[in-house]
Amino acid sequence: MKWQDKVARVVLPLIVLVLMIGFWSFLSSIIEDFPTPQDTWSAATDLLSDPFYIESEDDMGIGWQVLHSLKRVFGGFALAVLVGVPVGLLIGMNRYFQYAFDPFIQIFKPVSPLAWLPLLLFVFKDINITAMSTIFITSIWPIIINTALGVRSVSQDYLNVAKVLQFTPLERVVNIILPVAVPYIFTGMRLSLGIAWLVIVAAEMLTGGIGIGFWIWDEYNNLNYQNIIIGIVIVGVVGWILDIIMGYISDFFDYRKRGRA
Amino acid sequence: MSESFLSLQNVEKAFPIGKGKEYVAVTDVNVEIRENEIISIIGHSGCGKSTILNMIAGLDLATKGKIILKGQEIKGPGYDRAVVFQNHSLLPWLTVYDNIELAVKKVMPDLSPKELRERVEKFIDMVGLSHAKDKYPGEISGGMKQRVGIARALSIKPDVLLMDEPFGALDSLTRANLQEHLMRIQAKVKNTVIIITHDVDEAVLLSDRVIMMTNGPKATIGEVLEVNIERPRDRVALQENPEYIRCREAILEFLYKKFAKEDE
Repeated sequence: MKWQDKVARVVLPLIVLVLMIGFWSFLSSIIEDFPTPQDTWSAATDLLSDPFYIESEDDMGIGWQVLHSLKRVFGGFALAVLVGVPVGLLIGMNRYFQYAFDPFIQIFKPVSPLAWLPLLLFVFKDINITAMSTIFITSIWPIIINTALGVRSVSQDYLNVAKVLQFTPLERVVNIILPVAVPYIFTGMRLSLGIAWLVIVAAEMLTGGIGIGFWIWDEYNNLNYQNIIIGIVIVGVVGWILDIIMGYISDFFDYRKRGRA
Repeated sequence: MSESFLSLQNVEKAFPIGKGKEYVAVTDVNVEIRENEIISIIGHSGCGKSTILNMIAGLDLATKGKIILKGQEIKGPGYDRAVVFQNHSLLPWLTVYDNIELAVKKVMPDLSPKELRERVEKFIDMVGLSHAKDKYPGEISGGMKQRVGIARALSIKPDVLLMDEPFGALDSLTRANLQEHLMRIQAKVKNTVIIITHDVDEAVLLSDRVIMMTNGPKATIGEVLEVNIERPRDRVALQENPEYIRCREAILEFLYKKFAKEDE
């Protein structure tokens, strides 16, 4: 990267940040009780100075709130991967499976997590399991769809190689289909993890308990408006970090990104 | 004896096109191919060249007639035939070495690790790519990829090497270089080679015989031309060779006078 670009990558976001803070100050000057940037900053330093305190069951540091949310996210996400990848492989490899499942994938895919939540809460009666299963059921679709897409994108040329070499079906899956499909699977997982992190905030607001989503709602009820803004930023930053980590993992397994430097 | 090495007898290939109709790509194909012969199949696009190659490879089956290789009717792919695909078809997630190893390992499962390594390296060396054996296909040029494709095909010791427009996607200098490689290798390995091409000079330079196809649908063999030029052949000297010029003119006459195709 040229040095101009390096500087611009740091300076330009800072300029946007200053503009945003300016607009924020303006908002807080016209909306009554809207927290000012200064109030929010001091509240944030206060919160983040001791993120892992445990006062009581209902009063824990912000770090714990985030960790509890992450635990649920990973639970639901892991389940979605475990179920979604094999289902996607089946749908991608056999068009009859695709015919069978495609209409239902299309119907359930756009359903909001908030619509699932009451049903799941009624079934499980447990906050944790409800949150995880909501994440599972809303984040599984991109994994299924992308896995199937990956399998279908195996080019006929590679399959011809498999034919000429007379691969068994298992050899074909291991040597040809999986290497092509894995990058797609990880793309699906990355989308899915993003959805899972979106879902957790909404789910926790409704289920309550410990977690960043409920914490934000709780701060609203306590009239700590500056903490809502802090919560938003924390959710955003954590989501960004999750995405970066997933990006690294998926690049690692992507043959197209290997041996190219 | 050598006459009946590879024999195509009344071969026809029809593809169903729905509503009970079918498209007859090639029909009535009869030819005897000798051992160690280099054959080119030339014709306009849509003449069913690739269809014939795929049937010999066993990737497609003839709907009528028979293809017999060494007394055995071809009913599917087999290790006695190897294919070099037009777009090289290397697996991009494997290095040059691993691409060839995958084939050798599958076809010769009884090799010891040492024999396996030696065999893979021998064929990489044969196409002059020892320096690039640990590279991925994405890191090497089109000509090099096609050489790997040839090495992979030869490494399983096929009786027949089938090449589907192997150099079609390459620039003319690279193409000439690969043609030289191919002629040198064939002189050493001495297997039968069938090349699909649409390049007149390539057909004459490489082949012992050139099979000229009429236009599809229902394409068939129009003429078979013997190229009586000694090997090794030198592409520069050939330009003055009366036999070379005769063959070239015969093919051009066939392709552009007798079976000219307008919409290309």
